[in-house]
Amino acid sequence: MARETPAGDLRLANLTRRFGVFTAVDDLSLTIEQGSFFALLGASGCGKTTTLRMIGGLEEPTSGQVLLGDRDITRLRPYKRPVNTVFQSYALFPHLTIFENVAFGLRRRGIRSVDDEVTRMLSLVQLDGYGDRRPAQLSGGQQQRVALARALINRPQVLLLDEPLGALDLKLRRQMQIELKRIQTEVGITFVHVTHDQEEAMTMADTVAVMNAGRIEQLGPPADLYEFPATAFVANFLGQSNLLAGEATGAGGGDVAVTAHGTRFSVPAGRSRADHGPVHLGVRPEKLILVGSADQVPAGHQHVTGVVTDASYVGVSTQYLLRTGWGTELSVFAANSGTSTPVAVGSEAVAYWDPRHAFLLPRDAADTDRTSPVLDEPVGASS
Amino acid sequence: MTLLAPTRAGHPPPAPPAARSGRRRLLPYLLLLPGAAWLLIFFGVPLVQLASASLYDPSGSLSTGYAMTWAVGNYPDVLQAYWPQFLRSFGYAGLALVLALLLGYPLAYAIAQKAGRWKNLLLVCVVAPMFTSFLVRTLAWKTILSDNGALVGLLRDVHLLAPDGRLLATPFAVVLGLTYNFLPFLVLPLYASLERLDPRLLEAATDLYASPVQAFRRVTLPLSMPGLVAGTLLFFIPASGDYINAELLGTPNEYMIGNVIDSAFLVRLDYPQGAALSFLLMAAILAVVFGYLRRAGTEEVL
Ligand SMILES: Nc1ncnc2c1ncn2[C@@H]1O[C@H](COP(=O)(O)OP(=O)(O)OP(=O)(O)O)[C@@H](O)[C@H]1O
Ligand SMILES: [Mg+2]
Repeated sequence: MARETPAGDLRLANLTRRFGVFTAVDDLSLTIEQGSFFALLGASGCGKTTTLRMIGGLEEPTSGQVLLGDRDITRLRPYKRPVNTVFQSYALFPHLTIFENVAFGLRRRGIRSVDDEVTRMLSLVQLDGYGDRRPAQLSGGQQQRVALARALINRPQVLLLDEPLGALDLKLRRQMQIELKRIQTEVGITFVHVTHDQEEAMTMADTVAVMNAGRIEQLGPPADLYEFPATAFVANFLGQSNLLAGEATGAGGGDVAVTAHGTRFSVPAGRSRADHGPVHLGVRPEKLILVGSADQVPAGHQHVTGVVTDASYVGVSTQYLLRTGWGTELSVFAANSGTSTPVAVGSEAVAYWDPRHAFLLPRDAADTDRTSPVLDEPVGASS
Repeated sequence: MTLLAPTRAGHPPPAPPAARSGRRRLLPYLLLLPGAAWLLIFFGVPLVQLASASLYDPSGSLSTGYAMTWAVGNYPDVLQAYWPQFLRSFGYAGLALVLALLLGYPLAYAIAQKAGRWKNLLLVCVVAPMFTSFLVRTLAWKTILSDNGALVGLLRDVHLLAPDGRLLATPFAVVLGLTYNFLPFLVLPLYASLERLDPRLLEAATDLYASPVQAFRRVTLPLSMPGLVAGTLLFFIPASGDYINAELLGTPNEYMIGNVIDSAFLVRLDYPQGAALSFLLMAAILAVVFGYLRRAGTEEVL
């Protein structure tokens, strides 16, 4: 895969943007291969839009560089960059028809016959026949698709998408995802895609980056991030994890031994990011299996006991909460495959896992157990 | 629609009592009444009076009285006598408008989009001159432009003005006065339009390959059109009817149609002539305005 000349790779080098004393993007360095699909995930306000704006030239970095191939485009005016943006706020031109909105970029580049291309683009986003309307006469989701068409029609080298499908219903969103992926692979545009939809990021992207407070916490293929997260934030931002606070007591025989809440566990060394000192022992809820008593735990597996405090049936699975002896509630997802018997709320149960499914992360000494997912938008305490 | 229709048909809303619906229908007219009465008394009646005065026998006088002779000939007569002043009025007002646009558009844009927390202060500065009388302001300009004022001295020193050249009592002074006096009427509506302009649209335009000039032409200008049209009219209409600036800053050679009407009513006491001129001016302005609105094609104004 490694190429000698990075023909059109997008590179961010120590990119930083400060607003006063507040650092919105903090020393960001990454390379996005030409023609790849890069998804940027992160909680609200973590600097995703600011990063895109610096790539698009709408925001000047406080320091650092943006490079396209070998070309430094950090100070290049936005209209001279082969980059287009689908704005989070759509930013459609209210005085122009949908047709003219979509044709805007082509016309500015002096292309005369735009009719065919615009019509094709409108039908791609399923807005045939809407060309004569004004943006104000469209629904939110329709406006969002116009924003998509308006950027996509230019076939830029890099397309920046700031939550381009957020306002669409599930069915339309899936269709658009397929279309986007198709265009991206056909035309070879580099996509930088900001989304709040983890599934979208996981299914579409070659590389996913999880951002937190202006920094990239982890970056890699989606499965890597999910199966072996690098930080507690990533573990609970992408999906959910049960993280138990413990102390690693050193590696030996290919395993790292951990003591957590008075019990000894072990994790394969290859799945440990620390082998001594304070650690988080992590297991995904779907990797936990719930049984009635400890003698049902197969050999080579590890377990904790507790009391089932909640069971919610969600169709494909049942989600249990297991309160351990030290008070932490672990999540357990039991697939509704018909092979396991339901466990009653209030009864004692044992959750066990295969150590190869666990992972070990370094932990701040003050950090305790963490089991709840990172909420993207802060939700009101009791609403 | 399809869901609502049967429900509607099944339960027709009870007919409101006739008296209440009648009163509700009358309400808008009742609200209009004071304004309409005001207009009728102070605008409608004088207008009719003026219209009839414009058709009086031109040989009458204030002392002998005027006879109503339906003298339609008054109109061609005044037009023939004063067409230079008519042309000059529109010429000066047009020139002043161009100057005001060159000054006012960037000013309004800067206040609306770039001023940040200085916005309100700058707006007050635009309006502040209006706190003093129109007459006083124009007299102040007379001082500024006077032959032994500092400005003329400076211009003579740097040879922008001949040693005996002057600013006062020239067309230049009158146009300058018009520009200055009516500038706020242009700037304020423009400001209101530009203030609503979402800067993100300009970002979108530059993202879509529009250079700053193209972004202005394709986004800023069309979106500020309502304010531009309103401001242009608010500037041009009073400017073309103005007589103070020509009176104080010009000479009879710079007199505009307002000066002629002024003297017809107040000096020569030729009422039919003054009335006919007033009506011609009104008609000309209306023609210009409608022609302009047609071309500008803004539904928002009319
Ligand atoms: N012009 C600005 N002035 C001051 N602070 C700003 C400015 N623009 C952004 N910020 C701050 O920078 C941080 C990052 O903003 P950004 O818009 O990049 O977030 P985001 O990750 O896109 O969030 P969201 O998912 O809600 O869109 C935020 O805390 C925001 O308040
Ligand atoms: Mg954002």
